[in-house]
Amino acid sequence: MPMMMLKGNESTAYAAKLARVKVVPAYPITPSTVFPEKVSELIANGEMDAEFLPVESEHSALSAAIGAAATGVRTMTATASQGLAFMHEVLYIASGMRLPIVMAIGNRALAAPVNIWADQQDTMAERDSGWIHFYAETNQEALDLTIIAFKVAENENVLLPALMGMDAFVLTHTMEPVNVPEQKDVDAFLGEKKINYPVLDPQKPATFGAFVFPEHYMEFKYSQHIAMEHAKKVIDESFDQFYMKFKRKYSKVSGFMVEDADVILVTMGSMTGTARETVRKLREKGEKVGLVKITVFRPFPREEILEITKNADIIAVVDRNISPGFAGAIFTEIAASYSNVKDKPRILDFILGLGGRDVKIENYEEIYERAKKAKSGKFEEVQWIDVDEKSVKEVEGSL
Amino acid sequence: MNYEDVEFFAPGHRACAGCAAPIIVKWVLKLAGPNTIVVNATGCLEVFSTPYPHTAWRLPWIHVAFENASATASGIDVALKAMGKREGTNIVVFGGDGGTSDIGIQSLSGMAERGHDILYVLYDNEAYMNTGIQRSSSTPFGAWTTTTQVGPVKPVGKEEFKKPIADIMAAHRIPYVATANPAFLPDFKNKVQKALSIKGPKFIHTISSCTTGWRHDPSKTIEIMRLATETGIFPLWEVENGDLEHRKITYMPKQRKPVEEYLKPQGRFRHLFSEPEKIKEIQKMVDDWWAKYEKTQ
Repeated sequence: MPMMMLKGNESTAYAAKLARVKVVPAYPITPSTVFPEKVSELIANGEMDAEFLPVESEHSALSAAIGAAATGVRTMTATASQGLAFMHEVLYIASGMRLPIVMAIGNRALAAPVNIWADQQDTMAERDSGWIHFYAETNQEALDLTIIAFKVAENENVLLPALMGMDAFVLTHTMEPVNVPEQKDVDAFLGEKKINYPVLDPQKPATFGAFVFPEHYMEFKYSQHIAMEHAKKVIDESFDQFYMKFKRKYSKVSGFMVEDADVILVTMGSMTGTARETVRKLREKGEKVGLVKITVFRPFPREEILEITKNADIIAVVDRNISPGFAGAIFTEIAASYSNVKDKPRILDFILGLGGRDVKIENYEEIYERAKKAKSGKFEEVQWIDVDEKSVKEVEGSL
Repeated sequence: MNYEDVEFFAPGHRACAGCAAPIIVKWVLKLAGPNTIVVNATGCLEVFSTPYPHTAWRLPWIHVAFENASATASGIDVALKAMGKREGTNIVVFGGDGGTSDIGIQSLSGMAERGHDILYVLYDNEAYMNTGIQRSSSTPFGAWTTTTQVGPVKPVGKEEFKKPIADIMAAHRIPYVATANPAFLPDFKNKVQKALSIKGPKFIHTISSCTTGWRHDPSKTIEIMRLATETGIFPLWEVENGDLEHRKITYMPKQRKPVEEYLKPQGRFRHLFSEPEKIKEIQKMVDDWWAKYEKTQ
């Protein structure tokens, strides 16, 4: 297996090639533009046998992906931020039609004010769209998870679209050594694309996207929900099979020094690396702190989260997104997962690194200190880290 | 093969009595034949033809949303190419005027510019009929709709002229653009057949009366659509490769009827008859068009 120096966007482009994707409709947007560029190059060089469709908007990119996937071919696209938001209505249609499209996302902040840097607000806003969500910590993970996403999405008990998020610039534009699998191994892992759902075929006419009345709509939505439940098991199996073939281990959530930890940090995406480093340092000082990384956000790995965090006193969730007026999305999910558990850890939310603000070791140290304090006495449930609270409150006025 | 006796668009759908859309669809499909994939923009046609679990479509059919039928069709085009199955399959899009001239114009323009081998058929009933007769950019000057209400302050109805969508599509220099009227069936069939025989993007703008929105007796659909062409309001023409200056008028009325004959039987224009100046304006617009193109024939 050759090692290559790849940007995150190139990793996902190589994943598309290795997965033998046949149709790639895409529209440029920072920070995901390198993906269509690379795909176009791979096709032009004869390294990839696919149709690249340079559409006139993100909305059309996903619409074309639906048209293509509805014929049964393996289809992938990529976007970010405003582009994903522009696709919003079509995301629901892709999942409602049960089409196993895969999409790479360069996780980026949403305007206004416009900002092109790392932030997970864009995909968190699509939490309920019926897509499976994977998140990469490194470019290796970006490549691997994209390949795995096809395996899961196309499983006949799943048949749902999947997105794979990687943070803007930190991953999309940063070169890392990536172990690029051999074509034959990916072929063996994924197998030929099976047509295990109805497709647009004049030999067997079928109607896609019919008008459904209240007496049937709920069953369609329930079937999507059940498919998501199935995906939990299929994801585990696919991670196992991937490990057997490529010796790289994935799980929906993974722990680092969690066994005896009093405080557990929870992160998702590229910010995990800095958190892990912080945990290592704090451990050297004798602090009982651990880290949980979320790799799969939908279906939400509720059982795994409960199991891995159950002995902690404090769960310090780090959210690179915010639902103004409440909290970050990961906090919301974990707090809800614990809602019917009797003896539960105290769960806190820390909003960090929005719009690409640097995520530093000192930020995590501060989070840890604040979390430790919350063990006893008063605490704020949602706290913002490394933000100029004073200036904002002056401008907004204090009540 | 001739499929004129085959109904690919099944009876029993839920269109209103007198709706022209099913006439347009059934004839396009008879000419396209069984190796056809249909893409439909959101609209009346999509709703009345697919009340789950029923469908009127005896061909593969897909509806994604309102503004993206052309993008969906583009995806199908390249997917069939990628599978080596492109030869011999027609891709036909049906969109109403909202899904074509308004919300769908971006994806339509993209599809045309990229040169996809797709036939786009606009069934133009000149307003958002599915949501209840709201004005679109394709609503003609002077028409009442539920969002161009008529009253003492606004006596005219819609104050703007209709967007010339077929001209806009021809300006993309695609191989074939035509206007067609199901009340002139031989001409309509010729154009659909011709379009299907040409590779690349094709656009046919058909007039499609809506009895509830145009406010006329359901039995008068063909009659009124015929008047649209005989008065010269909806001229029948075709243009190849964007050569608009040499558009070919395919039906030349011997003597164009006055526009009143088309406006009169339609409730949506009733108020204009107390605004005779406005009717004159419509007549002038029609006369100007013909003055410009009649002599080039």
